[in-house]
Amino acid sequence: MSAFVSFKNVTKRFETLTAVDNVSLDIEKGEVFSLLGPSGCGKTTLLRMLAGLETPDSGRVILDGQDITNLPPNLRRVHTIFQNYALFPHMTVWDNIAFPLRVARYPKQEIARRVKGILELIRLGDHDYKYPSQISGGQKQRVAIARALVDQPQVLLLDEPLAALDLKLRQHMLLELDLIHDKVGITFLYVTHDQGEAMSLSDRIAVMNNGRIEQIDPPAKIYEAPRSSFVAAFIGDTNFLQGHVTSISHDYCNLAIVGLTSSVKSYNDKAIRAGSMVHLSVRPEKIHIAKTPPEFKDDLADKINLFSGVVEDIVYQGSHTKYWVKVGAHRIVTNMPHMRFQLDQEEITWGDSVALWWHADDAFMLEQFHATDAALIDPPAQYEEDVEIFRGTGNEP
Amino acid sequence: MNHKRLHEWIVSLPSLFWMVAFFAVPTLLVFALSFRPADTLGGIGAGWTLQTWSHLSNPNYPSIIWRTIWISLAATVICILLALPCAYAMARAPVRWRAILTTLIILPFWTNFLIRVFAWRQLLHPNGPLKQILVSIGIITPDTLLLYNSGAVLLVSVYSFLPFAILPIYAAAEKFDFSLLEAARDLGARSMRAFISVFIPGIRRGLISAALMVFIPALGSYVIPDLVGGPTSELLGNKIAQRTFFDRNLPHASALSALLAAGVLIPLALLALAMRKRPNERGGVGSDRKKS
Repeated sequence: MSAFVSFKNVTKRFETLTAVDNVSLDIEKGEVFSLLGPSGCGKTTLLRMLAGLETPDSGRVILDGQDITNLPPNLRRVHTIFQNYALFPHMTVWDNIAFPLRVARYPKQEIARRVKGILELIRLGDHDYKYPSQISGGQKQRVAIARALVDQPQVLLLDEPLAALDLKLRQHMLLELDLIHDKVGITFLYVTHDQGEAMSLSDRIAVMNNGRIEQIDPPAKIYEAPRSSFVAAFIGDTNFLQGHVTSISHDYCNLAIVGLTSSVKSYNDKAIRAGSMVHLSVRPEKIHIAKTPPEFKDDLADKINLFSGVVEDIVYQGSHTKYWVKVGAHRIVTNMPHMRFQLDQEEITWGDSVALWWHADDAFMLEQFHATDAALIDPPAQYEEDVEIFRGTGNEP
Repeated sequence: MNHKRLHEWIVSLPSLFWMVAFFAVPTLLVFALSFRPADTLGGIGAGWTLQTWSHLSNPNYPSIIWRTIWISLAATVICILLALPCAYAMARAPVRWRAILTTLIILPFWTNFLIRVFAWRQLLHPNGPLKQILVSIGIITPDTLLLYNSGAVLLVSVYSFLPFAILPIYAAAEKFDFSLLEAARDLGARSMRAFISVFIPGIRRGLISAALMVFIPALGSYVIPDLVGGPTSELLGNKIAQRTFFDRNLPHASALSALLAAGVLIPLALLALAMRKRPNERGGVGSDRKKS
């Protein structure tokens, strides 16, 4: 069975900029598929090509077996929820939602029936006479959803739909979108730069960068097994360790890491050969930190990478605390959640000598590495101990 | 009265004074003058009379009033139909082009209005270039008269008032959120439908200004029918001028002016009243809910 939506070798240039660069991807029917990437990565252009608001320079766009590459937007059964909602300001909520039905010349009773039904779904039945300027951001959002769903499109496109809402409302709307998807079962193409939104809503995520797709996988796999340094750094936080493979034993390999004195053991899922250069990515929450490490049993001790270092920076973040620890030539970042039993432990502060350890299965080797991606991880600004600006200006007596 | 209201009043006082002194009072004076008798020397006689107003039943007037209204209405409609695509194209042009295009719209004003109307007289003249070209390509016969008729008055009116229609529509279109047109297309509307259902209501205020900016000067126009119109295309403006300069009957001219002013002010007042009654509503269309 072929895919419901297919982009086949699609390229789109704007003057000198290549917004979408030879992208191919398939979306299954009924799926929530996310395009995730930083601004300017081409995700919105890709969405607009499916909506018909942009035409690709080359490549084809297929919807339900039909080539729609050059079909005008009004002839596609594909609707978009725009970032600014694009509600018609001169129409009431009711008229906004009825708009797609009116242009499609539905009979009057049918329009009334459908609008009424969808108003119930979004729980805005009491606001149907209001104008967009008279309702709140979250309500506008729901009207935009209703307007796009009322004539049951084949695909619903969501272009950063929650970007204009505040955090709590965003979380609420995310759940609501999920419920709506369960009810209507329409294929969703969701464009966002927010990994949290993409993770919690999607069946599959395509991570995009510079007009190309870096990886297409379910959320857990994107997070746990990123293929490139970009995916590892853009989704969540991580530590990059560069080195080469010294020896391989069964499913594990030993790595000599630049800047670390002892070797690092890692699970080898990449069928890598001894001697190859690798980049290892270790998520901060996989790294444990304590003043004194616990005793590891024999077979476990074999798979634990244990290092000692000095705490350079601590940032309290509510649900967890983030530590930057100097280990050899590296600054390794680690997260530690606050749990009751840890209160018994000695508190870690700046300048403390600590032990860091992680399990060999919790790190992964990357297939592609670009040095620029390391900049996506946010290190705290490093100041010299005696920074000039903090000294007196010379005007003091 | 709270502090903010007081502040608003103080700020609007100069313009209020201006409007009262140079608009309201003169208009009322013109009204008042129309109830005074004329004296034989062209001045104002003593006492009050309704005689002037009864003279307005002159059988010539209805046809002149009717002609004034239809030429003004036609000029308004044509100007708006021409201005809409212009303003739309200007608003969608790259930013650096917009200033240039706006300048081009204003450019005709650098030449005196009278000279421009005279130029049309030359163009449309029986021996003028336009006539010759149209005859040579066979669109008109040599004995068709392009000048001294209502058609010429309408043509030159449209030419003169077009910038006044383009500018307010452009100002509204520039503020229009064009992503709404994309949304309409995305929801299944053809380009024309999106234009009519979303763009036109979106620039409604600009359209109303444009209509007033063309219709009101067109109603009172005097130079254009005087120069390019003939005896059969006189407008109310010409009649007012005649009564003032040739008949030296100021009360009669005042009555005609008052009629014209009332013809403009009464619909405007009704419009303002209607707008005020629905403060929440911003235009809008009928709802299916009410019909079902």
